[in-house]
Amino acid sequence: MFKDTEHLARLAVVIVIALFAFVILRAAVVPASFGQYGHYRGAAIAETAARPIAFAGHDACEACHTDVVEQKKQGRHVVIACEACHGPLAKHADDPSSVTPPKLDTAILCARCHEANSAKPKGFPQVVTADHSGGIACDTCHQPHRPKIQTSTNETKTETKAEVEKKTEGKK
Amino acid sequence: MDITRRRLLVLLPAAAVAWKYVLAGTPELSPNYKLTEHWWTMLIDIPKCIGCGSCVRACAEENDVPDGFYRTWIERYHVADWRLERPEVESPNGGKQGFPPNQDAGGKNFFVPKLCNHCADSPCTQVCPVGATFVTPDGVVLVDKNYCLGCRYCVQACPYGCRFINPRTKTAEKCSLCYHRINKGLTTACCEVCPTGARQLADLKNPKDPIHEFLRTHSVQVLKPHMATGAKVFYNGMDGSVR
Repeated sequence: MFKDTEHLARLAVVIVIALFAFVILRAAVVPASFGQYGHYRGAAIAETAARPIAFAGHDACEACHTDVVEQKKQGRHVVIACEACHGPLAKHADDPSSVTPPKLDTAILCARCHEANSAKPKGFPQVVTADHSGGIACDTCHQPHRPKIQTSTNETKTETKAEVEKKTEGKK
Repeated sequence: MDITRRRLLVLLPAAAVAWKYVLAGTPELSPNYKLTEHWWTMLIDIPKCIGCGSCVRACAEENDVPDGFYRTWIERYHVADWRLERPEVESPNGGKQGFPPNQDAGGKNFFVPKLCNHCADSPCTQVCPVGATFVTPDGVVLVDKNYCLGCRYCVQACPYGCRFINPRTKTAEKCSLCYHRINKGLTTACCEVCPTGARQLADLKNPKDPIHEFLRTHSVQVLKPHMATGAKVFYNGMDGSVR
């Protein structure tokens, strides 16, 4: 045996205590789910997923607003989700009576997509709003859910240009 | 032990904190959602993008993105006929309010929506010193904001400039591919509102997803393929000038 066995034994005790302290500390500091899927906190996935939604999704809208769905089917706006124009309405979907969607200004809203821009695809319907309408609200003539103006041969009679101008005189 | 006014004042907030903790519990994933059964991506059809900015606005509203920061944004490219190697790129306010008419309408002009590419071999997750950002088993790159130190390594590492430090939380932030929506069976906020279908969420592990047919029949590209990041946002009809 070594003559200084006692020293080694003391050192061994210190090392064991340090190791024990390390294991305890590590268990206390490292989150429980760390390493569940990889080098990260596994619980973070569920935490991210738990965030509430703001946009309800068009399926939620269509469950109630069947009349608008029918109207949209007749026009090219059928592919556009409701909240693309109406904004995030998950709260309205949860509680339709107390949370009502805000009224929209079509003069701004329609122009966001349909204002002419050379970077837009050529086939996309575009207008220079200043020439096309002079800044009046688009829904004066167009029905946004079915934007193509109905001609007099169709079931709805459209207003003549003079009638529209008379109607919007004060708004310009 | 007598409950004195002093003791009550100490006890009440402590009890309130404890009760809040009990009530909050730990969030769990919805039981029908299996992490290993999905591999999320996005498909961007550049010829369909009209640069309306709906996606940027929806993203900000859905994810509470602070003003001046963008988890997704739109760039407008102008490639002059005589300077193909130097495209002019602009993104006023991230394209949030759309784009003003082009000054020089000649040449080639188009919009490119951008977002986190949710790389399979992402540089951002590799540099994180604490494991606060990671690729989930369903292929989404997320940030654990409760674990992030805000050291900004990942912001520098992302070759696509998709990350920023949120000035409120002082932690790294980026597109989460609306993780809170997709595991409820909804699409992302940007894809929900895109009026032309230029953006589409896709699940590569779902054999019924229309993306498979699209990828077979179109020539798609990812951004900066030479970086070998395993980018998973696929661009259709992308011009060579796109950076």
